[in-house]
Amino acid sequence: GNPLKTACSDGDGPERKIQFLHGTTTLAFKFQHGVIVAVDSRATAGAYIASQTVKKVIEINPYLLGTMAGGAADCSFWERLLARQCRVYELRNKERISVAAASKLLANMVYQYKGMGLSMGTMVCGWDKTGPGLYYVDSEGNRVCGDLFAVGSGSMYAYGIVDSGLKQKDLTVEEACDLGCRAIYQATYRDAYSGGQVNLYHVHSEGWNRVSQSDVLMLHQQYQAEKA
Amino acid sequence: MEYLIGIQGQDFVLVAADNVAAHSIVKMKQDQDKMFKLSDKILLLCVGEAGDTVQFAEYIQKNIQLYKMRNGYELSPTAAANFTRKNLADYLRSRTPYHVNLLLAGFDETDGPGLYYMDHLSALAKAPFAAHGHGAYLTLSILDRYYRPDLTRDEAMDLLKKCIEELNHRFILNLPSFSVRLIDKDGTHDLEKLIPVGAK
Repeated sequence: GNPLKTACSDGDGPERKIQFLHGTTTLAFKFQHGVIVAVDSRATAGAYIASQTVKKVIEINPYLLGTMAGGAADCSFWERLLARQCRVYELRNKERISVAAASKLLANMVYQYKGMGLSMGTMVCGWDKTGPGLYYVDSEGNRVCGDLFAVGSGSMYAYGIVDSGLKQKDLTVEEACDLGCRAIYQATYRDAYSGGQVNLYHVHSEGWNRVSQSDVLMLHQQYQAEKA
Repeated sequence: MEYLIGIQGQDFVLVAADNVAAHSIVKMKQDQDKMFKLSDKILLLCVGEAGDTVQFAEYIQKNIQLYKMRNGYELSPTAAANFTRKNLADYLRSRTPYHVNLLLAGFDETDGPGLYYMDHLSALAKAPFAAHGHGAYLTLSILDRYYRPDLTRDEAMDLLKKCIEELNHRFILNLPSFSVRLIDKDGTHDLEKLIPVGAK
C-alpha cells in the first residue's frame, strides 16, 4: 500500500493533507525573575516514537527563545527566518528588537500562509526594555500576550500543575525551575505523545541560559522516592 | 463563545465585550481587549476567527488613521462603517475572506451617536442595540423588552448588567469579565470591568 497513508488524514484526492502531530508538551511562564521555558523532547509518528531527543526550544538570539509545537520543519524554518528578521532590525535600528515586535513579525509572516497547511504553535519568550515578554503565536493567526502558556497535546496537564504552583506568589528562580520541570514531567506521565527529557531554560535581563536537561524516567524515580 | 454588545442612548453609545481568548477548550488569556480604537470617538469591536480578527481590525484602524493624516480630518462613524463593510465585501469572494463579526460604535458631531452591526457576510445595519455571539440569543430579547431610545447612561448600564447577568445565569460557558466603554461627545471613556457575581 501507500507508505504515506499512515501519515495522512483520511480522505481522497488532492485534499488529503499530511497530518502533523502536535504530540508535545511545551510551556512558558513569567515570574518575578524573568521567564521559565520548559519543553519535552519526544517526536511521534502515529504510535511510533520517532525520537526522544528533539530540541524543541529554538534559540532565536541570545535574548529571545522560541518553542516548537506542531510541525517541526515549520517551527524551525519560520523561527530561523524570524532570527534573520530580528538581526536585520538590530542592524537598522541599532537596538534590540522587543519581544512584542518579534512576535508580531512572526505572526504576520505565517498569517500570509493561513489555510495552506502550516502547523506551528510557538511561544516567543524574551527580555526587552519593558521587562520579561511572553507571546503565544500560531499558524492559525493567533498572537496573544500573557503570563503563562502551555502548548501541545500534553498542555492541559501542564496547565494544572503550573496554575496551582503559581498561586503562591514570588517564586525564587530555583522554585520556578522546579515548577516548570514538574509540570512537563506530569504531562509526560499522562500524555502518551510527550516524553523523553525535560529541557529547561531561564530568560532574565542578561539573556537566556539553559538550566537543565532531565530525563523523565529519572525524574520519575526521584519524585517517587520523595513521596515515600 | 465570544460576546459583543452595544446599546445606543440619546447622546452616547455603550459597548461591552468579553475578555476571554480561547483556544479549543482552554482559556489562553483572560484579559483580552477586543475593542479597537479607530479614532477618538469611534470604536470597533471585533470577534471571529483567530488571526483574522486582529489582522482585519488593525488594517481598518491604520487606514482610518491614514485618512486623517492625508486629509486633515477624520472619517465619520457612518463613513468608517461603510469603509469597513466594503473591505469585508471585497474580500468575501476572494480566496482569503475575513471571518469576523463586528460592532462599530461612534459619535458624530452632527449626527450624534451611532451603532453599526456588521457580520462576516458583510451585512451592515445601523441599530439602536446589537449583540454578537451565542450570548446574543439569550440577550437580544432582554434588549427588545427593556430598551428605550431615551435611556440615560445609568439606565443603559443597568440594561447591560441585566444582559451580563443572564449570560452568567444561563450561558453554558463561563465568561468571567467584560470590558465596558462609553462614547459620547467628549470621546471614549473606559468604564470599570463588569465581573458577574459568582464568577471567578
